[in-house]
Amino acid sequence: MLYDSDLDKKNAEEYIKDHYEIIESEPIPTRKNPHIKEVHILWRYFFEAKTYIPEDMSEEDFVVSTVMFINEKINGAFVMSSGKNMGVFKGVGFPEDIADFYRIDEYKGYIWTAHNRFPTNTVGWWGGAHPFGILDWTVVHNGEISSYGINRRFLEAYGYKCTLMTDTEVVAYLVDLFMRRFGYSPQLTAKILAAPLWKDIDLMPEEERKLYTALRMNYGGALLNGPFAIIVANNNMMMGLNDRIKLRPLVAATKDDFLYIASEESAIRVVCPEPDEVWAPKAGDPVVGVLKSARKTQVVLEGENG
Amino acid sequence: MAKRKVPPEFVVERDDYKCIRCLACVRVCSYGANFYDENANRVYTENTKCVGCHFCEAICPTEAITVRKNDFDIRPLAHWTPEHLIGIMKQAETGGVLLTSMGNDRPYFSYFDRIVLNASQVTNPSIDPLREPMEIRTYIGRKEEKLEIEEDEDGTVKLKTEIAPQLKLEVPVMFTAMSYGSISLNAILSLARAARTVGTFFNTGEGGLPKELREFKDNMIVQVASGRFGVSADYLNAGSAVEIKIGQGAKPGIGGHLPGEKVTEPISETRMIPVGTDALSPAPHHDIYSIEDLRQLIYAIKEATRYEKPVGVKIAAVHNVAPIAAGAVRAGADYIVIDGIRGGTGAAPKITRDHVGIPIEFAVAVVDQRLREEGIRHMASIVVAGGIRNSADVIKAIALGADAVYIGTAALISLGCHLCQTCYLGKCNWGIATQDPKLTKRLNPEIGARRAANLLRAWAHEIKEILGGMGINAIESLRGNREVLRGVGLHEYELKLLGIKPAGEAW
Amino acid sequence: MIAVRRILIREEYCMGCKLCEINCVAAQVETGNLIKVYRYVPELPEPNVIVEEHDYVTFALQCRNCDDPSCLKACMTGAMHRDPKTGAIRVNQEKCVGCWMCVMACPFGVIRRNTKEKKVASKCDLCADRGTPGCVEGCPNEALVLVEVRE
Repeated sequence: MLYDSDLDKKNAEEYIKDHYEIIESEPIPTRKNPHIKEVHILWRYFFEAKTYIPEDMSEEDFVVSTVMFINEKINGAFVMSSGKNMGVFKGVGFPEDIADFYRIDEYKGYIWTAHNRFPTNTVGWWGGAHPFGILDWTVVHNGEISSYGINRRFLEAYGYKCTLMTDTEVVAYLVDLFMRRFGYSPQLTAKILAAPLWKDIDLMPEEERKLYTALRMNYGGALLNGPFAIIVANNNMMMGLNDRIKLRPLVAATKDDFLYIASEESAIRVVCPEPDEVWAPKAGDPVVGVLKSARKTQVVLEGENG
Repeated sequence: MAKRKVPPEFVVERDDYKCIRCLACVRVCSYGANFYDENANRVYTENTKCVGCHFCEAICPTEAITVRKNDFDIRPLAHWTPEHLIGIMKQAETGGVLLTSMGNDRPYFSYFDRIVLNASQVTNPSIDPLREPMEIRTYIGRKEEKLEIEEDEDGTVKLKTEIAPQLKLEVPVMFTAMSYGSISLNAILSLARAARTVGTFFNTGEGGLPKELREFKDNMIVQVASGRFGVSADYLNAGSAVEIKIGQGAKPGIGGHLPGEKVTEPISETRMIPVGTDALSPAPHHDIYSIEDLRQLIYAIKEATRYEKPVGVKIAAVHNVAPIAAGAVRAGADYIVIDGIRGGTGAAPKITRDHVGIPIEFAVAVVDQRLREEGIRHMASIVVAGGIRNSADVIKAIALGADAVYIGTAALISLGCHLCQTCYLGKCNWGIATQDPKLTKRLNPEIGARRAANLLRAWAHEIKEILGGMGINAIESLRGNREVLRGVGLHEYELKLLGIKPAGEAW
Repeated sequence: MIAVRRILIREEYCMGCKLCEINCVAAQVETGNLIKVYRYVPELPEPNVIVEEHDYVTFALQCRNCDDPSCLKACMTGAMHRDPKTGAIRVNQEKCVGCWMCVMACPFGVIRRNTKEKKVASKCDLCADRGTPGCVEGCPNEALVLVEVRE
């Protein structure tokens, strides 16, 4: 959680207590860093919801509705992450300083996503840093979503409220809608967010053509327009995707059973100097990596490479 | 006194140097306004007969003719315009309802002119429509909230949900309903052929279906209006969609009106009414007196067409357009047509045309918002009509929430119409709003189809240019995206109703 | 030799404006500009195309450029000939003696008696020297169309 003041924290905690059984409540461990100006109260809760969930809702839907409520209705309180077995660390500052501040060196994980940007459309604030998360999903994004106006209204029809003043928010919610609520695979979701062109659909065989036409017709409000490279992750998979005409760079690489996705190859080589394979995914084709524990090892790609 | 006092509204001037006395203007004017004086060897015009259609001006081979508005100068009065005076003079002479044609010509705010569009710069590149694909294909019909899709282990993906019937438009512009009777067969054929060439649709209007239109089935929407002219099971299945006309933007609350002068033999045959009688469509459908009746009719039509065609409902934009539209969607309409106050007509009382209804900009914004709030926006497409003048209007209408637009006046102008507003006389010199065979010859459907198709193609290009400038390459991302619009010089409540921000305000 | 091109008449689009006749006159004078032709040329020729009218049925009629012309066969001096370049039927005004047998023979009646100077027969020659026929150019509704005739 991100709080502007103690009073906001008190208000939010009252609401949370009414809806959840709080097991642990503590400040997020940080260390002082000369370059980071602390402006918010950073807190985390671990809780259970079983007894409070109404019959017709799943636990995930319940948590989503809590997040939407807090973000929209409780002033000065923002939910940075709301998942299980994962954490989101956001701030204003250079990445190395933020990492130092949040004591990232003390965490261990299977999947890491990171992001750094020069805020353009809004003034930089802690809540506006990437990644954006909802439940177990996180999204980091390079680009600008020119279809934001309609993506937001499309999501409102399904109960999502966009309040964080950054266009990336819609990507997280769209991914939650299609992958969790509707149960679509990452590949299919990619085909909704970065749909194939009509001229390509027209040449497909009948069944495929009907499917893709139906997807575009019905989920047109979910099409992401504008340049983008996004990496979506949850606690057992990661997906990288480019917009349909590849207006932002995205590079992927593998070494042994590691998958790397980044805006630039140089970023990958800092972490892994000698990857086995490096390639640039095609526009609109997702690169998906799934943890061994979830399924048998697979690095699922579409296109010629691999 | 009893002498006619209404002054001429137009003056036809001739340049004597250029006039070669070819007498073409004398021959062609259907209102008999032009004359040749043999003794003086001069051509002159009886100005009171001129309606200002500019046909003589267009046909003059040497550009000798200029048709000017006659400035009926009275002492400047803000409240009483010359038009008000002329209206009262005519009513004093005739005692009748003033008839007029085409769309509202009042100088009200045209809200489209107070809305501006976005372009991308720096943070988001604009897209070059000449190099990148720019997609404006649109589907009209009922959509689903969720698609059931089966994904197998081996990667095959299958669509399980049955998709409702759709109309496929290559350009989000269609030709609106203009009945055979209000316009000539040549005019309808021009639009039908253009629709077929470009890949969009035209609408038969309430005039029934002449046999010449049957071949255009794949591009035709048939209309069922209150008069039910020519409606049969065969008629319903003759097109690709069926549209129930509840109201029309030019004259909300009243029905269609075809003056007897325009009911000739072929019209009589198609509409099944006697030659020379006025064809008056009743104001309500006499079997639709509540929303349940509308639902009954929609489903009756769906049964008759075996659920293979989208069924739409056309309503006029009035004060309660939002709940009315929501009701129609819940009643089963696959698409809704909202016709605004600027909509055109072949004949309507002037007082209704000018004062009844609301601008389409508000109507589409509130209907789109209301349907979304009720969670039923996906159940029907919204088609917007009423004074769409250029591709910018199309884009603004789509950004406010429409799926597509209908054009009527713009289509007729492409065929030659000069908005002289005398369609109800049935003497249209351009061969559009008439049934007189001497006049309908003048509209060559080959030329008409060419021009109407050109108009749509030109607009398609312009739409692509502007979309590219906004950094969007598919029209799905424009539809309902109010972020691309900003208002200029609008009140706060107007901005709120339209759902747009004022110019200058960023995200 | 057979006709190479012909003017197709589409009666259903003719408005009866007679601009074809006006343009035919100007085409014969070869000055082009209608205003100058009608203001300054003293003795204007008659048009070679005539608009036939009956109620609302109107259309412009000119030489049909027949494959087997009756006028050619009727001509006793050989003045009526087929122009080798364009395939149009033309009158050699030098050879024509004004017997007017062609006027009688033409089943369409499009040859006229010309008595302005020497007595001769005059007719439409599809603007053989001009290119596009004046009547086709001048028709505002494309009721006259020039078509190439293939063998």
